[in-house]
Amino acid sequence: METGRRNFLKIGGICALGLGSLRVVNAFGKTETPKFTANLQALTAKRWAMAIDMKKCWEKGPPGCTDCVLACHSTHNVPDIGTQKEEIKWIWEEKYENVFPGQESGMEPEAIREKPFMVLCNHCKHAPCTRVCPTQATFKRADGITMMDFHRCIGCRYCMAGCPFGARSFNFRDPRPYIKTELNPAFPTRDRGVVEKCNFCEERLAAGKMPACVEACKCKALCFGDLEDPNSEVRKALGSQFSIRRRPELGTEPGVYYII
Amino acid sequence: MKIYDGKYILVGLVIFIVLATFPVWFNHGKAAPPPDPKLDTPVISQMINKQCVLPKDEMITGHMRLLNDWRTEVVRNGKRMYVASDGKTYEMSLQNECMRCHSNKSQFCDQCHNYAGLQKDADPYCWNCHIAPKENK
Repeated sequence: METGRRNFLKIGGICALGLGSLRVVNAFGKTETPKFTANLQALTAKRWAMAIDMKKCWEKGPPGCTDCVLACHSTHNVPDIGTQKEEIKWIWEEKYENVFPGQESGMEPEAIREKPFMVLCNHCKHAPCTRVCPTQATFKRADGITMMDFHRCIGCRYCMAGCPFGARSFNFRDPRPYIKTELNPAFPTRDRGVVEKCNFCEERLAAGKMPACVEACKCKALCFGDLEDPNSEVRKALGSQFSIRRRPELGTEPGVYYII
Repeated sequence: MKIYDGKYILVGLVIFIVLATFPVWFNHGKAAPPPDPKLDTPVISQMINKQCVLPKDEMITGHMRLLNDWRTEVVRNGKRMYVASDGKTYEMSLQNECMRCHSNKSQFCDQCHNYAGLQKDADPYCWNCHIAPKENK
């Protein structure tokens, strides 16, 4: 068979066109529904935040009340190792001088200096932990939650060094034998060698429930909601009373506010 | 032909061959039983249409990829529901969804994983953190 240059170029052109149209056909063919969707009953927000009314906690709560801590730690299978060095904590008590260092006047009422403050991960807007994490195991979600991906954590503990609030704990050993509360079968435990912290109960928010600590507090000292929604619980609480945040000089912009 | 020190060499050779072939003849006739994953859990036996999120063949070859994709979507993208090709939605959760039907980890997961020589607590290490359902043994 003999063919001229003209014919060869024609056939070549048609072949090139055919190959190019493959992509177009593929694009039209892929019009199926997205396979992954968010839960319809999930609570959503632009920026989740919490306001802790310490006055309510001290005045209305029974002395020594740790309902929020117990609720959180049993929901998330947090172990009780028993030593301060290896302590794992998501929400815990701290004294005024340690919660607001540099902000003390030195002349506070005795009650404020002696009474316990509830502290947890601040879910900072500019979270230093997410900036130093080499594997992006900890990262900021669009709704403001500083999230932990335990699968990716390599246990380097940079985030613990980066966090100015000590909100992160490291699993020096297998935590399972130390879980004193009844195991919550709906939430995983952690492995040796990963860092953990409060996750603002993102798994409960996804199921349409408020965080465990907020739900457990009988005197409603913990307000949770969307910071960018003027009608939310947090905004109402913050709009009616004076509040402070921890270590504002660092510019991390915590999402946890304290009403004292 | 004469081999210098032939005695020693031959004895050494025999010892070497016996040692080198030790795994072959020691395990001869003792083939590990082929894996037999069981699907006889109460939840599955009550299902009329016994269908997992994907066809069986795809699940056998691709369950690890599916689980990894689920992990990414849930943890990193905040999407928790999976829409299967038949339109059914599933919560993307190993611990809460997969194991709801496959509540027999030792008879299901472990069957193939042990047969393939995946070591306990090493690979896959799902169960170091995720809580396996309680089984009546």
